[in-house]
Amino acid sequence: MYTYNDFDEAFVRERVAQFSGQVARRIDGSLTEEEFRPLRLMNGLYLQLHAYMLRVAIPYGTINPDQMDQLALIAEKFDKGYGHFTTRQNIQYNWPKLPDVPAILEALADVGMHAIQTSGNTIRNVTADHFAGAAADEAYDPRPVAELIRQWSTDHPEFQFLPRKFKVAVTGASHDRAVVRAHDIGVVLKEQNGVKGAEVIVGGGLGRTPMVGKTLNEFVPFADLLPYIEATVSVWNLLGRRDNKYKARIKITVHEHGIDDIRARVEERFTQIKPTFGGIDMEMLAQIEQHFVAPIFANKPVDAYTRAYENDPVFRAWADTNLAAHKNEDYSIVTISLKKPGATPGDASADQMRSMAQLARDYGHDELRISHEQNVILPHVHKSNLPALHAVLKGNDLATANAGLISDIIACPGMDYCALATARSIPVAQGIATRFDELKLEHEIGQLKIKISGCINACGHHHVGHIGILGLDRAGVENYQITLGGDGTETTVIGDRTGPGFAYDEIIPAIERLVHAYLNARLDAEETFLQAYRRLGMAPFKEALYPPKEEKANAA
Amino acid sequence: MSVIVQDGGFIADDFIGEWLDLTSDTDPATLKQYAGSAAIRIDFPAFSDGRGFTLAKILRLSGFTGRLRANGHVIADQYAMARRSGFDEVSISDELATRQPQEQWLARADWQAHDYQARVRRPATAS
Amino acid sequence: MARPFTPKIVTANALLEGDVIYLSPQDTWVRDLCDAALFSQQDQAEERLAFASKDGFVVGAYLVDAVAGENGPEPVHFREDFRRTGPSNHNHGKQAEL
Repeated sequence: MYTYNDFDEAFVRERVAQFSGQVARRIDGSLTEEEFRPLRLMNGLYLQLHAYMLRVAIPYGTINPDQMDQLALIAEKFDKGYGHFTTRQNIQYNWPKLPDVPAILEALADVGMHAIQTSGNTIRNVTADHFAGAAADEAYDPRPVAELIRQWSTDHPEFQFLPRKFKVAVTGASHDRAVVRAHDIGVVLKEQNGVKGAEVIVGGGLGRTPMVGKTLNEFVPFADLLPYIEATVSVWNLLGRRDNKYKARIKITVHEHGIDDIRARVEERFTQIKPTFGGIDMEMLAQIEQHFVAPIFANKPVDAYTRAYENDPVFRAWADTNLAAHKNEDYSIVTISLKKPGATPGDASADQMRSMAQLARDYGHDELRISHEQNVILPHVHKSNLPALHAVLKGNDLATANAGLISDIIACPGMDYCALATARSIPVAQGIATRFDELKLEHEIGQLKIKISGCINACGHHHVGHIGILGLDRAGVENYQITLGGDGTETTVIGDRTGPGFAYDEIIPAIERLVHAYLNARLDAEETFLQAYRRLGMAPFKEALYPPKEEKANAA
Repeated sequence: MSVIVQDGGFIADDFIGEWLDLTSDTDPATLKQYAGSAAIRIDFPAFSDGRGFTLAKILRLSGFTGRLRANGHVIADQYAMARRSGFDEVSISDELATRQPQEQWLARADWQAHDYQARVRRPATAS
Repeated sequence: MARPFTPKIVTANALLEGDVIYLSPQDTWVRDLCDAALFSQQDQAEERLAFASKDGFVVGAYLVDAVAGENGPEPVHFREDFRRTGPSNHNHGKQAEL
């Protein structure tokens, strides 16, 4: 994976020094809070409900064991012994104190990490397929391009005070695991006439006005990719609305002007910008690619795996849900679930982080990934090592066999932490997972993605959940709206709202009714919730959610 | 009154002549006509309004070689961004100059160092 | 017609620690809601907010509804109830310091 060169290292150290100065200047009054706020946000530091929150970038979700150990150390030394992995492949610390933040950033720089551009109206941390470099269905590894975009976007002088935030995601596989159509720019790697390049998708996004991205250009060769993306952001920087923050994202600009108008403007700006790129970026890309060559895969028997699979039902259940197909058939991609029923989705203790780091050293070619689904991935594990690995996971409360199932819930921090939230998300996720664990129905239900956001900004991706839950404040009371049929993959669909929302104590029974309606209506166990919804439409689910009044009266 | 900031620090305004003043909502399609101007000032109504950086960049790409000033609410932490986008200098209010004195601006006078942009835009090596 | 004024407290986050703070009747910042000053007059509330906002060591001061309880002010909205206690998934924040 990518390791910092002298330039990256010096840059990050310089930024730490700058931020240390900014903190000191805020405290001595040189900077007002209004002026300090965007500067701290540019360095990932929010002020939340109960405390500051530091969001650390894990570029395209790729991290090595030493970095993971350092995240554990920071959790213990400066926080409350845990961290929270997010839907943008970042990690958040919920309890840092302002004077400690420079030291935390220094500790991150020690392992080639930073918190730069994880917040603020700038180009955010670039995300990518969390199975990159490993997935059987991958045509092109997205990480080198993502790293090049990271370098280009870092500290970009024109783009630190954009109309709003700007998110870029990259994928190179036929299955989209990076939700590229719900990003400001989605980059899908492809090849045309022997030339490598990418389809550029623009104007996707969730939030208040969810939109599926549109193709801005079917094929941009790599040599034009940075100037093309720069032209797009440049056009939006001047054209995007600054009068209303809810209309500032590029999806609204594209919607208001039309994709053809935006494309024409981008093409024109591109011709101006392209000559300012001297061509070294393609040499840099070639060098970056060298950092991402596949590990030397072991060639040995997989008998240990087969034996465990046949004899150990607990291992088998875990293998059936938490392993994904690797491009090398003797290997597996392991999803380590951070979704034990009752636990906070995405939270990992310092000890868990260390044990995952050690597993990556022992069995995973020194690589870990953070998925946008808030789990940790070991992308390269030889099948013969899976039983031993599983045993270690069990000992660290990390062996939950639920990847892709109903308790593998995405949930934003919600009003337990977030200053923007209108309702809690975490206890709803905990409640659903606990309830279905009691019912022992999870494996019977099969693939079902529940995604929960605690406000309209949709950090929990509820619009693309098979079942989406949105927490709102209705007249001073928490209220939860349900959407159905959302899909965050290559066939992205925004879910449909079912109707009136549910109170905090009604939402879990409502989800239970929905799931029973699915189980009753599905053709067979092969038909997933999403397939059943697509076949049947809203009606049977709506009926289950909102039973006729007299029935309610009888039940009461 | 205002204070002019350049790489050397605070200076008194030494410009004699006419500024062409552009607001931050200037249509980029109109910029070409100003390429021959002697001196252009781009207004920063608020430091959070980053349009001026892109306007400066486009002016330079359109061939403008005159004096280019960022005028208004630009904070010391943005000095490097302004210089990298094509501005020669920044003009700030006395109030801001008092609150963010010269040394805070000089701290960013090294704007040519640690610049990812300059790095990714270098010419290709001979091949 | 404007809605009648309801009693308010002044609250913010501390600049250095980031935690929730309240303006007390002595114009100092306190950590417990029950020690906060409850303003029943609009003018007075707005005046104390203006005063509090000038303090460089607090961030984001605002007025919010509260009611008088047996042991001092109590929150009206659930958001303020969470702010005075802490998150519901971990015993962290103010609830852990009691």
